[in-house]
Amino acid sequence: MSNLPVSFWRSVVIILLVAVTTFATRAIPFILFPEGKEIPKAVQYLGKVLPPAVIGMLVVYCFKSMNITSAPFGLPEIIAGIVVALLHVWKRNNLLSIGMGTILYMVLVQYVFV
Amino acid sequence: MIILEKKNTYKAAYKAAFPHTLPVMTGYLFIGIAFGVMFADKGYNFLWAGLMSLLVYAGSGQYLAVNFFDPSVSLFQVVFLTFMVNVRHIFYGLSLLDKFKVSGKKKPYMIFSLTDETYSLYFLTKTPPDVDEGKFLFALATLDQSYWIIGSIIGAVAGTLIPFDSTGIDFAMTALFIVIFVEQWFEKKNRFPAVVGVLASIVSLLVFGKESFILPAMIVIMIVLLSSHRIEEKKKAEEVKDNE
Repeated sequence: MSNLPVSFWRSVVIILLVAVTTFATRAIPFILFPEGKEIPKAVQYLGKVLPPAVIGMLVVYCFKSMNITSAPFGLPEIIAGIVVALLHVWKRNNLLSIGMGTILYMVLVQYVFV
Repeated sequence: MIILEKKNTYKAAYKAAFPHTLPVMTGYLFIGIAFGVMFADKGYNFLWAGLMSLLVYAGSGQYLAVNFFDPSVSLFQVVFLTFMVNVRHIFYGLSLLDKFKVSGKKKPYMIFSLTDETYSLYFLTKTPPDVDEGKFLFALATLDQSYWIIGSIIGAVAGTLIPFDSTGIDFAMTALFIVIFVEQWFEKKNRFPAVVGVLASIVSLLVFGKESFILPAMIVIMIVLLSSHRIEEKKKAEEVKDNE
């Protein structure tokens, strides 16, 4: 245990704080709108349209660290991302799209755009 | 009726849920392994990695958290940064307020386990008619978390020993979201909000930078969706008036 960067108990406290804070972000809507209380119309509408919007946001989130101003100009991410999308439109096989896309990306960042 | 009741078990729920979780299994094993490797590099063995994946259970949150185990990071920063990286989760609950009503005693766990991937699965899968929905959702959630825990333990135990360059393996998560995005795109009614989500996030990313773009993006998405809804409602009301 002596090789930990911070003490044992501090490590435990950090994990607990991260756990509680993460849970809080997930629980807030359920605390604001508990069962039995009527959910405002606007919130009901948001609940219906948010999922596709959030998925769009998550895709952008995954590409946020891409650097397009210097080599390789985000090419590995863009190429692999397009391949995943096209492969999925074509075959609609989740595992195939994710597996091939990931392997392609790894080859691109490890061997092609080094 | 008897047949229905017989199938209404956890076994039936897990059997029905398992195939749907395969893409998450691929993604979670890979990114879980990557987390385990990073955490092990910091000096934390598989027990720590397993504990964290059991109690926290958040992909990007745990990646970020690896940096917290350093004397220079204050506990306030731990809470603040964790909140910021996970603030998008607030959206998830908003669209599950109704769906989770069937969960009963399982509800606290359902809320705890609301990761990006599990949330997406809820909208990608339909509960089979002969399986209890509460149990089905619970099966999806627990299967996903088990992959995450197993992945992070494998990573912490073996990741540093296996002579294998895992650079880029975390792209599995990106690929998963692209797949879900494409799946949703096939349904026409999803296209407008999907475009709003992408554009608002890109604009916000360009304006606020990668560390702090999520919260403004969320606010813009809400404003655009709500105001377009209001305009549509108004139009409808006027059409009704015109017809009279």
